[in-house]
Amino acid sequence: MDLLTHAFTFLYQIGDAFSFLVLSACGLAVVFGMMGVINLAHGELIMCGAYVTAASTRAGLPLPLGILAGALAAGAVGMVMERLVIRHLYGRPLDTIVATWGISLAATQGTLILLGSSMPGIGTPLGSFTVGGYSYSTYRVVLMVAAVAVLAGLYLAFNATRFGTLARATIQVPHMAEALGVDTRTVYALTFGLGAALAGLAGGLYAPTMTIVPTMGTTFIMEAFVTVVVGGADIFLGTAPAALVLGTVRALLTTWQGQLFGQIGLLVAVILVIRVLPRGISGLILRERA
Amino acid sequence: MTLAMTLLRRLEGPQTLGRGPAFWTAFALVVAAAIAYPWFADGYTVGNTAYFFCWVFMALGLCLIWGYGGALSFGQTAFFGLSGYAYGVLTLNVGAAYGFTLAALVLAVALSAVMAALLGYFLFFGRIGGVFLGIITLSVTLALERFMAQTAGPDWKIGAARLNGYNGMSGMPPLTVPWFDGDVVLFPDVALYYGLLALLIVVYLALRILVNARFGNVLVAIRENPERAEMLGYDVRRYQLAAFVIGSALAGLSGTLYTAWGQYITPSSMGLTAAALPVIWVAVGGRGDLTATLIGTLLVLGGFQALTIYGSQYALVVMGLLLVVVVLAAPDGLVVAGLRGLGRLRRREASR
Repeated sequence: MDLLTHAFTFLYQIGDAFSFLVLSACGLAVVFGMMGVINLAHGELIMCGAYVTAASTRAGLPLPLGILAGALAAGAVGMVMERLVIRHLYGRPLDTIVATWGISLAATQGTLILLGSSMPGIGTPLGSFTVGGYSYSTYRVVLMVAAVAVLAGLYLAFNATRFGTLARATIQVPHMAEALGVDTRTVYALTFGLGAALAGLAGGLYAPTMTIVPTMGTTFIMEAFVTVVVGGADIFLGTAPAALVLGTVRALLTTWQGQLFGQIGLLVAVILVIRVLPRGISGLILRERA
Repeated sequence: MTLAMTLLRRLEGPQTLGRGPAFWTAFALVVAAAIAYPWFADGYTVGNTAYFFCWVFMALGLCLIWGYGGALSFGQTAFFGLSGYAYGVLTLNVGAAYGFTLAALVLAVALSAVMAALLGYFLFFGRIGGVFLGIITLSVTLALERFMAQTAGPDWKIGAARLNGYNGMSGMPPLTVPWFDGDVVLFPDVALYYGLLALLIVVYLALRILVNARFGNVLVAIRENPERAEMLGYDVRRYQLAAFVIGSALAGLSGTLYTAWGQYITPSSMGLTAAALPVIWVAVGGRGDLTATLIGTLLVLGGFQALTIYGSQYALVVMGLLLVVVVLAAPDGLVVAGLRGLGRLRRREASR
């Protein structure tokens, strides 16, 4: 294997880890950054997206539409969750975590009871391409593009739309926004719905590459959590660079010692980082800018 | 007599529910009933109650960290599993002679305390608080589960102890107490029940003294307002770290006792579902009080087992929903709410 192929393999792995971290974390990061709420049922929303995508694709819908359906379904579930539970717990962040954990348990087990221990998967589309004698999955490249597109889309949504302006106003000074006529409850509900839809999107995008089981949410949450912790409260200044750094760490460790050490190394890296940067990367950037 | 009175006074205070002769009479009655219980029940049921006792230590530890210290640790199962595996590795290598199982118990709990101190140093001295603490500790236990689950190969062994991956370790000896005329083996029935009951009473009373002493008062002050406590000159980080280490050592004690009880330990004891259970017990009972946590844990464990018998698959759904409902409707916990209701009722009776 010559140097160029080696470099490409490594870049491909970083990109793969980066897209996984961004996609699994962005929904969580939106909700945490905007509302200070950590949603432990995040993994179950991802699972919901994956189930709906797999089911609708098997029913004959083209995959992109199936993924969209997954995202919309998870978004709708998220809005219902916000209305029934989260709304009553604003200002009690620890209680919100505990309550969403309850939802997560009930949802995992409920899915197991209703839909059985696994669902027939949908194969990974688009085949593969070859570089220097090694073959790579084309769909993984699509996922990388999707991760970048999601970040760009979120940037536009929060900076160039009326919803984004209202959302940012609500987050900064809630009572002032309310005094100016913003329906803050709706803004919170929509923000939570957006976070849930992003979780569903992640589930839909990864549905073709994984086995669809009720516990698949756990595959995502640890990575999503650590990315948000390292990133801090800002999606663009936090989650994206955190995903890049952690993606590189994970790719390095995975090439060196294998998949498991990639995950454990990720966690150790996070514990070391938060000792130095308690408010995450975005905290560091914002402090230096201020 | 004066000594007893001083001791009694140190057992009650502003941080615990239940005081005065009425409470301690009830306490003595419950202990007497618990001592008499094995004479009226068969060995299996007694062993099963001992199984419940195994878990209570972890719940009491979480109550100290979360309820009194205000730091929500989701990763108590990490220490549970760590100590459980440590007990297994130690006893499978050395055996049970000369009371070594008791030494293994102490070593396994000490290991958890050391690991908790190490992790807690990074968390509390990095001033990780609130939701992040929960996330990191949860991630730690999930990472440990993943690690242990992949140790199936024959090369994963420590001395004579195979780690066995997802199937877990088994075959370690139960706790054995060396006695004059030969060893007393604490098999999971009456003998272990009495051992655990004594240990539980000691730990419960010791924790009561701890939270009503200066340490507990400062801990509660930190929970109520960390900045204020800091301004008053208390090193918030040290107190929270100390509570975390004590609570995690208790989780380790639970793990060791559980491993000795069933003579097996698996990675799923550190998984997401396992990690949720202590949070449910403590939240449902009432995290702000040791007695409420103790009662709540035993009630929820009993309820969970009854549900598992009648419809195992629905038990977790019920537990999850129970947690949501408790957080929404009775944030202080059902037992605390119940005790408060009783108190109000009694006062109304008295004023009538």
